[in-house]
Amino acid sequence: MSRPILLEARNLRAHRGGAQVLDIPALDLRTGEVLALMGPNGAGKSTLMLALAGLLPLSGGSLRFKGATLDGRSEREAYRRRMTMVFQDPLLFDATVAQNIATGPKLRGVSAALRKPAVQAWAERLGIGHLLGRPARQLSGGEAQRTALARAFVLGPEILFLDEPFGALDAPAREGLLDDLGRILAETGSTAVLSTHDQGEAARLAHRLAVMKEGRLLQTGGLREVMNHPWDPFVAAFVGMETLLRGPATASGDGLLTLRPGRGGDAPEVVALGEAEPGQTVLVGIRPEHVTLALHSDKSSSARNTFPGRVVRVLPRGPFFKVELDCGFFLAAYVTAQSLAELELEPGAAIVASFKATAAHLIRREGLDAEV
Amino acid sequence: MDLIWEGLRKALELLLTLDPEVLRITLLSLEVSGAATLISLVIGLGVAIPVALNEFPGKRLVIALLNTGMGLPPVVVGLFVTVLLWRNGPLGFLEILYTPTAMILAQAVIASPIIAGISLSALQHLPPGLRLQILALGASRPQMVWLLLKEARLPLLAAVMAGFGGVISEVGASIMVGGNIKGQTRVLTTATVMETSKGNFEVAFALSLLLLVLAFTVNAVLTHLQQRNRPR
Repeated sequence: MSRPILLEARNLRAHRGGAQVLDIPALDLRTGEVLALMGPNGAGKSTLMLALAGLLPLSGGSLRFKGATLDGRSEREAYRRRMTMVFQDPLLFDATVAQNIATGPKLRGVSAALRKPAVQAWAERLGIGHLLGRPARQLSGGEAQRTALARAFVLGPEILFLDEPFGALDAPAREGLLDDLGRILAETGSTAVLSTHDQGEAARLAHRLAVMKEGRLLQTGGLREVMNHPWDPFVAAFVGMETLLRGPATASGDGLLTLRPGRGGDAPEVVALGEAEPGQTVLVGIRPEHVTLALHSDKSSSARNTFPGRVVRVLPRGPFFKVELDCGFFLAAYVTAQSLAELELEPGAAIVASFKATAAHLIRREGLDAEV
Repeated sequence: MDLIWEGLRKALELLLTLDPEVLRITLLSLEVSGAATLISLVIGLGVAIPVALNEFPGKRLVIALLNTGMGLPPVVVGLFVTVLLWRNGPLGFLEILYTPTAMILAQAVIASPIIAGISLSALQHLPPGLRLQILALGASRPQMVWLLLKEARLPLLAAVMAGFGGVISEVGASIMVGGNIKGQTRVLTTATVMETSKGNFEVAFALSLLLLVLAFTVNAVLTHLQQRNRPR
């Protein structure tokens, strides 16, 4: 993607109560991309977002918008009129839906004649056209967040910051809004930064992913790249790579390696993407949606890794079920309710699990004497 | 009981015949307390806005002082303002002691902390993220303050009502700095005190009744303003 850089952050640092809460050496936002900031609560997602929006006093670093610095007060004020932000709390004014949506244009001195059609159009696009005269305090959570989004989109922001916009919504409201927001972001080609701790939200809306922990960026990259090639176990766990296998590499070549997971050496060998010195301890991750389960092994399958095993636990995971297996090593798989019934998956059941070598990703190589 | 009925009858008579002296006293009360309330609104917001929007060392002390100021005894204020305005006092050159201006000054001293204290608490009770949200919508700093005040309009009007209620009903400071001079600084409360001490209960009744009506009318207007656009 060779889109121009819109916002450029360098060496951003922020302190709160003497402690450093943000340390970002470099982060770029390109025109038209949706960047998702992921991380647990307290990872600094909101802090970074406020910093990028020019709304946080920084103890160091610089921001450039379209190549121009945002150091001065007047530059930051001008920048504030080219971006906008939606928070988890819709923070609506004690006024009608229409008055709320019209706030930004009104602050910019847009005449009522020009405001009205824009307010109407964005309310309709967000499915709240029928609520324009309704007082904001009477809205449901989903309607309120839709109003907040319309209030943001009506400004035609060059960057839209979305700070956990679905965090306070119930499941149906969240689903509907995710769909609509995804569609609108695509239709408008908006540049946006979204913070979330839900990998599903990130996967549905974002092009790029940045995983944060303790005010730092652990890994930044394309959505698939980070989801499939996390750099460390924390990122792996956070982007939903539920199986992590650690053990010595037994062979390597042609871009593939073989490892024997675990300490005892009695586990079956697993073939994974990546290279390592034989004997070197490696960490390999497998996403649960890449593991297929069957009652018998299928000889025609192209999967390099096929292991008989037993079901240890079955856990509901949204519309799917997560099946935890013992194949001589721990393995997690996602199945549908239908598969769960057909394969009679219950604790103790025998099963054959398989996944392609390309679904097992080398996360990192450790020393020869690393503790396993 | 006769005394009360006779008093009420006389009061109604004074009111219905629009006794010029009573009318003058009533208008002066409204003028003095209205002006004092307006001045206090400006001072009160002038203090409450920066205190609410900024973090600084000693902020809690300032808030504690404001809250203490909300209970300033009018006689204490009266004493200090009198001393300040006394002929050879620091502000004696102004020569405003025993004028309505001195009464406005004293009442503003009483009402300012009340309005500042309630306004401050109103602004502090707004959602903490609202300021950032307003800035993120592109507001300049004055626009942000205006939107915050608009959002806190209900408790802010309550602050105005409390301020006005505090000064229209006080007597200690007004009598000390105004002197209850007939035709010049006599207001409803000071006149009521005087008529009661003279035993003219029916006149005192009439004045008290007027005071109540006045306080009710002003608050009814403010309440109407407060609840006008309130979604139900």
